[in-house]
Amino acid sequence: MKAALKIPKSLDFQRLGLKVGLEIHQQLETSRKLFCECPPITVSHEELAKAPRIRRELRVAKSELGEIDVAAAFEVQRGRVFEYIAPPSASCLVELDEEPPHEMSREALVIGLAIALALHAKPVDEVHVMRKIVVDGSNTTGFQRTAIIAMNGYVDTSFGKVGIQTVTLEEDAARKIEEHDNVVVYALDRLGIPLVEISTAPDIHSPEQAKEVAETIGILMRLTGKVKRGLGTIRQDINLSISGSPKIEIKGVQRLELLPKVIANEARRLYGLLMIRDELRRRNVKPNDVMSQKPVDVTDLLRDCGSRIVRSALQRGERVYALKLPKFDGILGIELQEGRRFGTELADYVKQWTGLKGLIHSDELPAYGITEDYVQAIRDRLEMGNLDAFVIVIGPTNKVLRALDIVKERAAYAVIGIPKETRAANDDGTTRYMRPQPGAARMYPETDIPPIVVTDELLNEARKLVPPPPTEELTKLVNTYGLSRDLAKQILLSGYLRVFEDLAKECRSFSPSMIASVFTSVAGELRKLGIELSEIPDAVIREVILVADSMNLGKDGLVALLMEVGKRGVKIPEKVRELVEALGIKPLDLESVRKEVEEVINNHMNEIMARGERAFSFVMGKVMSRLRGRVDGKLVAKIVMEELSKIFKG
Amino acid sequence: MSTEDPLPGYGGRLRDLLESKGARVGCRVRIIREPGEIIEGILMPKHSLSNPRTIIVKLDNGYNIGVDVESVKEFCVIECREVKRASTTKLAMDSSKPLVTIIGTGGTIASRVEYETGAVKPVMDPEDLVELMPELKEIARLRTFVLFNILSENMTPHHWEMIASKVHELLSEDPSQGIVIAHGTDTMSYTAAALAFSLQKLPRPIVLVGAQRSSDRPSTDAALNFVSSVLASIELKVGEVVVCMHGTTEDTYSLAHRGVKVRKMHSSRRDAFQSINDVPIAKIYPRERRVIITTSRYIPPHRPEELEARIGFDDRVALVKAYPGFQPEIIDFLVDRKFHGIVIEGTGLGHITEQAIKSIERAVQEGIPVVMTTQTLFGRVNMNVYTTGRKLLSVGVIPGNDMLPEVAYVKLSWILHIDRDMNFVKRMMLQNLVLEMNPFHRVDLFPRWFHG
Repeated sequence: MKAALKIPKSLDFQRLGLKVGLEIHQQLETSRKLFCECPPITVSHEELAKAPRIRRELRVAKSELGEIDVAAAFEVQRGRVFEYIAPPSASCLVELDEEPPHEMSREALVIGLAIALALHAKPVDEVHVMRKIVVDGSNTTGFQRTAIIAMNGYVDTSFGKVGIQTVTLEEDAARKIEEHDNVVVYALDRLGIPLVEISTAPDIHSPEQAKEVAETIGILMRLTGKVKRGLGTIRQDINLSISGSPKIEIKGVQRLELLPKVIANEARRLYGLLMIRDELRRRNVKPNDVMSQKPVDVTDLLRDCGSRIVRSALQRGERVYALKLPKFDGILGIELQEGRRFGTELADYVKQWTGLKGLIHSDELPAYGITEDYVQAIRDRLEMGNLDAFVIVIGPTNKVLRALDIVKERAAYAVIGIPKETRAANDDGTTRYMRPQPGAARMYPETDIPPIVVTDELLNEARKLVPPPPTEELTKLVNTYGLSRDLAKQILLSGYLRVFEDLAKECRSFSPSMIASVFTSVAGELRKLGIELSEIPDAVIREVILVADSMNLGKDGLVALLMEVGKRGVKIPEKVRELVEALGIKPLDLESVRKEVEEVINNHMNEIMARGERAFSFVMGKVMSRLRGRVDGKLVAKIVMEELSKIFKG
Repeated sequence: MSTEDPLPGYGGRLRDLLESKGARVGCRVRIIREPGEIIEGILMPKHSLSNPRTIIVKLDNGYNIGVDVESVKEFCVIECREVKRASTTKLAMDSSKPLVTIIGTGGTIASRVEYETGAVKPVMDPEDLVELMPELKEIARLRTFVLFNILSENMTPHHWEMIASKVHELLSEDPSQGIVIAHGTDTMSYTAAALAFSLQKLPRPIVLVGAQRSSDRPSTDAALNFVSSVLASIELKVGEVVVCMHGTTEDTYSLAHRGVKVRKMHSSRRDAFQSINDVPIAKIYPRERRVIITTSRYIPPHRPEELEARIGFDDRVALVKAYPGFQPEIIDFLVDRKFHGIVIEGTGLGHITEQAIKSIERAVQEGIPVVMTTQTLFGRVNMNVYTTGRKLLSVGVIPGNDMLPEVAYVKLSWILHIDRDMNFVKRMMLQNLVLEMNPFHRVDLFPRWFHG
C-alpha cells in the first residue's frame, strides 16, 4: 500500500482542541410503551419468524421554509422499501402507524423527570411532543416522537463540571433485522419503548473524561432502579470536533469500554484529513481539477485480467469505469484509522449512496488479481501523470456513474476541508461514513398528542425516585462489602445493585466480591457464549446463586449452572433445583474430595516425586478436571495441600 | 399575515403581557425563568389543549417547550421578522399528457402542518402535489380547483350539491378530462353516493380520494392514493363514481370501490375503506401504472350526451338507529317536526321494537316514507321471516334490500327532492339505479375475521 503521509497514532487532544458532547440514550423500565399500551419488550426469533410482514415507503415534502433536508434527500434517493415485522405480542396498530398515538406514559415521564432532577436540570413547565423527521425507515411514521422534559443541568466529574443541555423523552426506533436488494427489514417490537436522551454540552476534552461522564450518567440512571439493562438498552452517540473541523456525529456506541477508543480514533481521522488537505494544497490541487474529471469505461481493458471480482461482474453484464484523481497519488492509501484509509472513506460514500460494494484505488494496486500490466493499461487510458491516482468502480452503468460523481465530490472536498457527516461506530472502535448530517429544519409539533403540564404532583413522584449521588453509593459498596472501587463501579453500572445487595447478605460461602463478579466479569464471559444475563429473570439468577452457595459448588460450579440455566432459557426459579437434580449435580462432602485427591496422588506418584514442591499445581489441575463445577476450588486446594504435605514430610 | 391574529390561542393576562411587549407569533423572544436560566427561541402559537398560563417557545434545536408565565422573571422580544414562505417553483406541465382536474374540498389529504406555526394549512397547488408525488408529472397534466376547505364531518347535502354541480360543469366543458375529488374520509362515502345518484350515465369515472395520514408525514398514504386516483381517472373504463383508497395496510395497491357500496370500516387504518356486499371495481398498482378491473358487474362509460344530471337533496331526512329500549317518541318527534323521510338502521333482518310500530304507521300515514336497512351492514334485510318484519311491511315500511344505511339515507334524500309522492318514492327506492343493490351475494363477500 502506497501512502504519502503517516498520521501519528497518539495525539495531544488538548492541543488538537478536542471538544466532545455525548448523547446518552437509555431505555426505561416501564409497564407499557411511551405512546401505546404494548409491553416494552423484544420478542424471540421464533415469534418474529411467524409474525406478519408489511411493506411501506416513505416520502419527504419540502419544509415550509422551502428546504429539503440533506439527510432526508439522501435517504429518498436511495429509493429503499421498508418491510416491517409486526410481532403481535409487542406491537399494535400504533407502531404500524395505523392508529394515532395514545397519551404519553405518565410512568415514563416520572422516571425521566427523576433522572433530570438527579442531573440538576430544570424541568420545563409544559411538555410538548415533537416529530423529528427520520426517513431511514426506522420509524414507520417517518418521524421520531421526542420531547424536551428538562434543560440546563450538570454532572460533576473529576475533570470538572460538564453541562447537561437537554433531557428528552422519546420513543425508541424499530429494530433493524436485515437489508437485502433495496429492502430494509425492521422489527416493530422495539419501536416505542420509552427512551431518555441526555445531551451534554461540548465540555468534554479527552476520551477518558468522556468515559467518566458516560459512566457517571449511566450509574445515576441505573440507581433509579427504573431503567432497562443488557446490551442495546443504553447507547451513546458522540458529537465531536477538533480545531478546524466541523462537528461530526457518531451514532450507536453500545459498549461503554469502546467510547474512549472511538473518540481517539475519530480525532485522529479528523487530524489526518486536515493533514491531507494541507498536502493537497501543497501539491496545488484545486477542487475543480477533480470535479472536471470524466469517468472512463475501462471494461475492455480488464476483460481478460485474472480478477475474480471483475470476471463475475462482467458475467452479470456490468461495466468497469475508472476516474482519474489528479495529484492524489499516495493520498488514497493514507491510513486515517486502524485498517481504514482515505480510499476506505471514498468506498463508504459509494456504498452508502449507491448500494454498490465499494471501489478499488490505485494506491492498493496491484491486487485483487489486477496485475501491474493492467494497472499500466488503465493509467495509459486515463493519460495519467506520475502524481495522479485513480479509482475504479464496478457495477451497472447508471450506478457506477453515480458512484463516481459521489467520489469526485468527496475527493474535491478533501482540498477544502472536512465534510459534516453522521458516522457509525464499528465494533473495533473505528468509525464509518453513514450519511450527511440532518439540518435543524426537521422538527414539527406532534399535533396528535396534547401538551402535558409538569405539575407539582408529577415532580413529587419524580423526587421519590431521585437516587443519591453515585459517589455516595460507591463508597458504601466499598465500605460495607469490601469491594474494590472498580468492582463497585462495575456493579453500579450493571444495574444489578439491589439483587447484589440482597445476595451479599444471604450467601454463606460466597464472598460479596465473588457474587459481584457474576454481574460483571461472568456476565461478559456468558455473553461470549451467546448467553445474555439480562435475559435470565432476576429471581432465577438469585436462585442459582443461592443454590450454588448452599451446595458449596464454588465459582466454577456456579458459572456452569448459570450457563445451563441460560442455555435452557429457564424462566421460573423453582426449575433451578429440578435442573440441578436432572444434571446430577451433588454437593461433595469432604470425605469424597479427599478420596479423589488421594487417588490422583497414588496414580501419579512418580510425577509428583519428580516435581517436588512444585507438584501442587500439577495435582490441583488433575483433581479439578474431575471435580470442576461440583466443589469450591479453595476447598480442594486446602485438601491437596494437606495430602501433599503428608507425602513430603513423610 | 397582518389580518391574522398575531397571538393565536393566547388569552387573558398572558396575552396582555405578550401584547405589552410587542410580541407576536414568529418573534424571537428571551425569557429569564430564574436567576441564570435563560430561554431563547421563537414564540409559537398555542396548542388548543395547552395550559392558558403557558408560553410556547421553539428553541434553536427545533424543540418546542412550554414556559409557565408565573415562573417568568423577565420577558423581552429580540426581533420580529416576517415568516419566510416556501417559494414554489412554477411547473411546466407536459401538454401531451391527459388533463386531470382535481377538485379540493378539504380533509387530511389536502393539508399539512406549517413548520413555523404548527397550524394545519391546505395544500392544493399542482406544484405542491407534484413535489410530493413527482410521478404525477409522468401520468397527467394537473389542474386544481379548490371548491371549499372543510372537514368532512361538517359536510351537508348542500355541499354535495356544490360538488355535483362542479363535476357537471367540468363534464360539460370537456368530458375527456379526468376528474378527481380530494375529500375528508369521515363522510366520503356519503358524498360518493350523492354524486352517484346526482350524475347518472357518466362518460367516465368520477374518483374520490382521501388520506388517513396527512401529506406532510413521510408515511402519508396520500401519495399512493393520489397517484392511484389520477391514474384511475384516466384509465379506468367505467361510468361510475368510485372511491380510491389503500387496498391493504401496505403501500402496494389501491382499490377503486363503487361509491354506493363503500364504507369507512376503521377509524384510523389506511385500508379503512372496503366494499360491503360487493367486490371493488378495480385494483390499481401505481408503481407499475396498472389498473385491473376485478369484476364484470359495472356500469360502462356512456356517451357524453347521455349524461343525466339531477342535482338536489332534501335536507329533512333522518337516519335513526334501532336499539334495545328504543323510544318510539323519537319517530313521533320526526313526524311532529314535519320531516320528509326516515331511514331506520334496524336490527338483524330489518327489525325495530314492536313498541315503535304504531309511531311508524303514523309516519307513513302522514306521507313520510320509512325505509328499513340493517345495522349488520353485511347481508340484506328480509322482512318476511319474522312477525315484526311482516308487521312493519304491512304498515308500509320500504325494505332497503342490501343497501348500506348511509346510502339509503342519501338515496331517499335525493328522491324526495325530485318528488315526495309516496308511490314514486317507493318505486325509486326499490329500483336498482346505480348498482347500489347487489342481488347476488357470493359466499366470500363476507370477510374472514381473526379467530386467535
